[in-house]
Amino acid sequence: MTTVPADTSSRPWDFVQRGLAAVGISGRGLVIAAPALWMTLFFLVPLAVVFGISLSVKQFGQPPYSDLLTTESGTVQLTLHLSNYLKLIEGSIVDGGFWFNLAFNLIVAALALVIARGLSRSVEPLALFAIYAVAVVAGALFLVTLYTADLNVYLTAFLSSIRIAAISTVIAILIGYPMAYAIALAADRWRNILLMLVILPFWTSFLLRVYALSSFLRGEGVINNFLGVFGVPPLVMMQTDFAVYVGIVYSYLPFFILPLYTNLVKLDPALLEASADLGARPYRTFLSITLPLSMPGVVAGAMLVFIPAIGEFVIPSLLGGPGTQMIGRILWDEFFGKTNWPRAAALAITMLIIVVIPIMLMQRAQNAVVEGR
Amino acid sequence: MRRSLTVPIVATLGFLFLYAPIIALVIFSFNANRLVTVWSGFSVASYSSLWSDPQLLPAAWLSLQIAAIAATIALVLGTLCAYALVRFRRFRGKTVLQATVSAPLVMPDVITGLALLLMFVAMQSLIGWPSGRGVLTIVIAHATFCTAYVTVVVQSRLTDLDLSLEEAAMDLGATPVRVFFDVTLPIIAPALVSGWLLAFTLSLDDLVIASFVSGPGSSTLPMVIYSKVRLGVAPEVNALATIIIGFVAAGVFIATLLQLRRKPAKA
Repeated sequence: MTTVPADTSSRPWDFVQRGLAAVGISGRGLVIAAPALWMTLFFLVPLAVVFGISLSVKQFGQPPYSDLLTTESGTVQLTLHLSNYLKLIEGSIVDGGFWFNLAFNLIVAALALVIARGLSRSVEPLALFAIYAVAVVAGALFLVTLYTADLNVYLTAFLSSIRIAAISTVIAILIGYPMAYAIALAADRWRNILLMLVILPFWTSFLLRVYALSSFLRGEGVINNFLGVFGVPPLVMMQTDFAVYVGIVYSYLPFFILPLYTNLVKLDPALLEASADLGARPYRTFLSITLPLSMPGVVAGAMLVFIPAIGEFVIPSLLGGPGTQMIGRILWDEFFGKTNWPRAAALAITMLIIVVIPIMLMQRAQNAVVEGR
Repeated sequence: MRRSLTVPIVATLGFLFLYAPIIALVIFSFNANRLVTVWSGFSVASYSSLWSDPQLLPAAWLSLQIAAIAATIALVLGTLCAYALVRFRRFRGKTVLQATVSAPLVMPDVITGLALLLMFVAMQSLIGWPSGRGVLTIVIAHATFCTAYVTVVVQSRLTDLDLSLEEAAMDLGATPVRVFFDVTLPIIAPALVSGWLLAFTLSLDDLVIASFVSGPGSSTLPMVIYSKVRLGVAPEVNALATIIIGFVAAGVFIATLLQLRRKPAKA
């Protein structure tokens, strides 16, 4: 080892620290204060402002919303309007029958799941299967009730955002799982190249990739030209929900693959060998060893597809049709198209409460499970 | 053991799905035909129309500047935040800070953008700052959500870091600030680089938040691209995309090569 010359005061930062300490500011406090102040001012306060403006109404002028506080002959008046929130549900036909069907099917599905879990070890497989079938049917009826109800444009957009995000996530799992699995199984020199191929699209522009996809899918696009060679008439793919599914999967597939790959590559090969030695066929080994052990990776990756998909604006606006009403797009139109800032604010707050906060809580719970292991 | 072919086939199709549109975009950027995506001969016409486009190149330059500044602010704030969250055992508001700094990761862009715009407007009518919207408000908005991403990256590196090195430096009499700059910082430098690059990319890529908080004369590259491609195919965008993809591919390729070369040296 070389000896380092003693330099007790030659560093500028030591001097800064002594200076600050002299006026009673600890370095520790500064380290916390800088990001805390910034995030409070530019993240928490704005959300509070959104809430405030969601309680005002649209009016002409700059800014285009009414003041909450008005001073009239010396008295300060606070005027809060709930009309923006009422508009979000207005015009939806939700009668007693709707609520009954919704609640009944949800309760039946939940009960059947609880019973099935409780009985899973003590009942014949066939009976268990029957109970699960009840849960699935009740769950399906719940969704049918929800999605066939005559709801207004806002509620429909909320529901279709959730539907589109969920379907896209399932497609991403079906395509991404084999890809992550193939990368994890690949020989070392191939693995790095394949990983690079997964990461590369992530660093290129998201917008440009959606654009690339749109010129691929459009009527006179590459796919239809290719099909035309074989005499297949052009398919209408653009401006459909199908294009939105493809767009979401295309954009977020790398986000699904990476966490799953990290999980799969850590899988102990000894477990797979043990399973094979005990006579299990490959698909059996996959179903009872690999798949259950990789579930944390699947869940983590699925969240990374589902979360951005739900508030997505670019994909439905460039690939979807006029019928593809996702909530992000509705908010955008409300703000830029109709310049109804208070309504857009009310939509944002509603979205925050019924979508973002549940997702944050779910992630917390998931992190707690992962760290608990 | 006989390997099933399902996995390789689906995986190949998956990679094809990821790359076919990009490759088609690159090929058609050299197409002589401006309007249709039918090959009609090699040409660099779209590159010359990119070069003479009055909006795209200035917007690209503006976006690069915004991204560089926003990423640098985010790097400083995110590193401080990560350091506080990992190294300071307990302080008031730690849970709140952790929740606040991870919230932007799950917040839909439309909400973040709307919230910041409404606050800028409210602040302007209250205290007169910021006067109008433009580059400054975009930088603030981008720095805010990028701070969240930098924090995650640095936080995970700091959590893995061996505490004994820092303790050794403390035992030898170094002040906390000196320990940070002489010991911690060099070790977490790779995380800082990837955090900065991530923030830079995210800022460069953002359409929604910038659209909300930008003002007249401060259209970023994604905003210009969006207004061009909303109506259909734009050859100059194909050309620009090809250039960007070329840069990114070269960067990722070099980074991977460096990584591969470093590994055997260690072993």
